[in-house]
Amino acid sequence: MSNELVLHSDVDVINEEFMHHAHGHEHHQPFITKYIFSMDHKMIAKQFLLSGIFWAIIGGLLSVVFRLQLGFPDQSFPILEELLGKKWAPGGHITADAYYALITIHGTVLLFFVLTGGLSGTFANFLIPLQIGARDMASPLMNMLSYWFFFTAGVIMLCSLFLETGPFAGGWQAYPPLSALADASKGSGAGMDYWTISMVLFVVSQLLGGLNYISTVLNLRTKGMSMTRLPLTVWALMLQAVLGVLSFPVLTAGFVLLIFDRHFGTSFYLSDIFVNGVGALSHEGGNAILYQHLFWFLGHPEVYIVILPAMGIVSEVMSVNARKPIFGYTAMIGSMFAIVVLAFLVWAHHMFVTGLNPFLGSIFVLLTLLIAIPSAIKAFNWITTLWKGNNIFRPGMMFAIGFVSLFISGGLTGIFLGNAAIDIHVHDTYFVIAHFHLVMGVAGFFGMFCGIYHWYPKMFGRYMNNTLGDVHFWITLIGAYCIFWPMYYEGMAGMPRRYYTYDTWESFKQFAELNKFISIAAIITFFAQFLFVFNFFYSMYKGRKVRESNPYHSNTLEWTTPINPGHGNWEGDLPEVHRWPYDYNKDGREFVTQVTPVEDGEELH
Amino acid sequence: MIAQSGKDGRMHPHKFTLWVGIASICMMFAGLTSAYLVKRAQSNWLEFSLPKSFWISTVFILASSLTMFLAVKAFKARERKRYRALISLTCILGLLFGLFQWYGFQDLASRGIQIFGNGSNPAASFLGVIIGLHFLHVFGGIVALVITVLRAYNRKVKNYDATPIEVVAIYWHFVDILWIYLFVFFAII
Repeated sequence: MSNELVLHSDVDVINEEFMHHAHGHEHHQPFITKYIFSMDHKMIAKQFLLSGIFWAIIGGLLSVVFRLQLGFPDQSFPILEELLGKKWAPGGHITADAYYALITIHGTVLLFFVLTGGLSGTFANFLIPLQIGARDMASPLMNMLSYWFFFTAGVIMLCSLFLETGPFAGGWQAYPPLSALADASKGSGAGMDYWTISMVLFVVSQLLGGLNYISTVLNLRTKGMSMTRLPLTVWALMLQAVLGVLSFPVLTAGFVLLIFDRHFGTSFYLSDIFVNGVGALSHEGGNAILYQHLFWFLGHPEVYIVILPAMGIVSEVMSVNARKPIFGYTAMIGSMFAIVVLAFLVWAHHMFVTGLNPFLGSIFVLLTLLIAIPSAIKAFNWITTLWKGNNIFRPGMMFAIGFVSLFISGGLTGIFLGNAAIDIHVHDTYFVIAHFHLVMGVAGFFGMFCGIYHWYPKMFGRYMNNTLGDVHFWITLIGAYCIFWPMYYEGMAGMPRRYYTYDTWESFKQFAELNKFISIAAIITFFAQFLFVFNFFYSMYKGRKVRESNPYHSNTLEWTTPINPGHGNWEGDLPEVHRWPYDYNKDGREFVTQVTPVEDGEELH
Repeated sequence: MIAQSGKDGRMHPHKFTLWVGIASICMMFAGLTSAYLVKRAQSNWLEFSLPKSFWISTVFILASSLTMFLAVKAFKARERKRYRALISLTCILGLLFGLFQWYGFQDLASRGIQIFGNGSNPAASFLGVIIGLHFLHVFGGIVALVITVLRAYNRKVKNYDATPIEVVAIYWHFVDILWIYLFVFFAII
């Protein structure tokens, strides 16, 4: 069924709105349906983006607070008592319970709400319909619900921060027994209840979103837009949705069993252990490792859910700004496929120290190391795209290049960690922290910044300030390396993660100054992000206006829409696609848009 | 099949979305049943025979799939009365399925096998959680059926588009097959 027919038969609202735009009438929608309960994919994308920015500030701020503790364990910061209250930070020192709560929520919020919801939520919603030539998603209603489930999940998580006993404090993976026993720690009671409800809503949001992204890409492509003519962004966003749709349900299964252990006295994860403050448990025969299997079956694909959209955005932005076709388009898609398949087969590399059978471990080592191949192909392709390109260093491009740098320097240490023999030494040390923050955390952020700077003109019809963007880029890049690079050395020396203080360990005292350095770098980098936040909101109202519909001389379909597209995206008929999106500097033409028909005798690509 | 696929031979997006959703639900039950396998291989696993009433509920859900199939046929043939009767029958059979699942757990309880709470064994708890989640999906199907029927009998708008009822039918057959899988899984493993 054609795109038009589906939307017309399905959602009368869009149909109606679209007709209004098509006829050129200035159509005033009520505020509530235009900005709040909107079914326009572009508005939903902006809602995800704003929520993502909000959560990034919260998550980052939490890390500043616990970095103060790690860098300056002896100093007191009266402002913390002001901010967090006497229970959390008596005398300007955060308590151990508060510290664990902060790191837990920092992880949960940044990984799930910012790098999953904020990143793929924003760009999948914004780019998929615009780049495949669709009026909206397959189901705009589901799309709206997806945002509002995400929003509700966020509200509940936010509320948990203000509980008297604090939010959940057992680590973002929520391993039992800390997550299964209400009395195991302060945050395990009400905090964990809020956390679970919030995460279940988040999973629902991801599933609704993911189903929509996949069926939109596969069903609503405009005429001529074959799968091999899709921009890499769309490929990446679709494949991350496949990962999400197939792995989040397994996490749900794990959560369901956890909820039963918590509230209905079952023994899936709990056994007759003795817990400090609780006593001996009456549970029998449960197995806490079972939870880890179910958790990491999502947990590992989750990091690719984060990084695939970033990879797609970077590929597209890099090609546009290098004025060159992306190097190895098919190889890029093939690598992403390989990553998706392998993502499901490597989860136990997070569990080498759980008593996993060494033979089984060696298989997981092999499969894990295989991921290095598609990752290396991608890194190679990005570098060769830059090679001899007419690179234009706009902030989006800078962040794309920064992404590649971080992906390499963070990714290579994955080879160390993927080896069980080395992992047993560096497991749960700062080496792991440095690895995943660089390769997934900061790199994911760079992909997000890259996309925001690049598509901001399409989102708001104005440009962001490039100078501020450049300053933001350099501080963030240098800051990220200053924060995480030293952690590799700390980790190699065996410094464990999650510790509240290292004062009592003679072997880690040598790192006191280094920790101070990391903390200062982290605080500077965090506050430098307000350059971006300011730029983002200021440019929304005062930025330079976009005057041409295709400011980057880009080939993809989103630049064939009006400067401020209405709901329905294109006035009149949907564009027809004749070629792939990477015809830059071809046959003496600087760029050839996808809607340009192929001339007689012209070779493709 | 004209109503199912468009001119270009593509599947209706709603149907496609459903298939992806089904894959997603399959992953959840795959996760649960593999957890069951892992747990079973460890110590302290209670062996017990499945209650007889599960057989009866299996017959009900199989019958409901048949009535669902006939209902779609009746809808396409525009036999509205027959369609209405068959859909109602499907709903009732779905509820009967749930009722006999419930009897099954009563049977287990009467044999002293505790599903939840202190002293429960994971073997029984797994049965409770997995079958409970499955019934939740069946119940979702019943709700969807009721909504579809109400929408099809809107007096103002006569709608002969078979897609909504087909989408529900695919889902209904899916939860049926899912039960067969679970039943065989519990019976032989």
